[in-house]
Amino acid sequence: MVPISYYLILSGILFACGVTGFLIKRNIISIFMSIELMLNGVNLSFVAFAAQWHALSGQVFVFFVMVVAAAEAAVGLAIIISVYRTRETLNVDQVDLLKL
Amino acid sequence: MLHLILFLVFGAVCVAGAVNLLAQRHPINGALSLVAVMGSLAVEYLLLGAEFVAAVQVIVYAGAIMVLFVFVIMLLNAGVEERTKGSRVALLFGVPGMLLGSVLIGWVLLGHGAETVPVGALPGAPKVIAWLLFHDFLLPFEVTSILVLIAIMGAVVLASHPDTEQGKKES
Repeated sequence: MVPISYYLILSGILFACGVTGFLIKRNIISIFMSIELMLNGVNLSFVAFAAQWHALSGQVFVFFVMVVAAAEAAVGLAIIISVYRTRETLNVDQVDLLKL
Repeated sequence: MLHLILFLVFGAVCVAGAVNLLAQRHPINGALSLVAVMGSLAVEYLLLGAEFVAAVQVIVYAGAIMVLFVFVIMLLNAGVEERTKGSRVALLFGVPGMLLGSVLIGWVLLGHGAETVPVGALPGAPKVIAWLLFHDFLLPFEVTSILVLIAIMGAVVLASHPDTEQGKKES
């Protein structure tokens, strides 16, 4: 069997990549994908601990994370579309005003 | 031993996809590398015995959510910074990766790996998960269904074209 620490290391790497992308990316869609990467890293640690402790509640929580991620993706992409429609740009540095 | 090899191979794919997401300037390349990350994460879930989570990961994440992303990227024509190094990188890593994968699959199919496991024998079987979801976690489950309904309505309202509403009011 693979030790659980390996899974946690992989999960940490994915989460760190997500945080880095969130910080260095300037395209709003890339930032959004970095958030999805962070959610996936957390999901991996949930499943790893569920396998470690033989508690299936961890897997059930992964479902809830996925549902929230799907809802977040739908609303977030709708917001991105409406931002692009009003400002004609996807660069977050140029989206700095609440009201046009 | 086979578990460790599979973990290392697909973990490497995961990390490579995540780093590629950071390196690519074009969002569509990032989206496709994110699909690779999610697909290999599904294999990691299978290695942990969570077969239903793995299936849902492929269907919901790699299927629905990423298709939504690719759809929006193409709809907004978001190709601002274009570089064509990606194709060379794909050639450099894709061909050895495909060869490695096919060798691995052949090695498993030829019977050198562990014994196969029937569907439903792993601890994360759909039946057990369904029991938990519809008994212990029934209230959160229903609350998330309301959340999804609200999200659908919010997405429709946010993404609807404002000109059509104005045109209706003016006319």
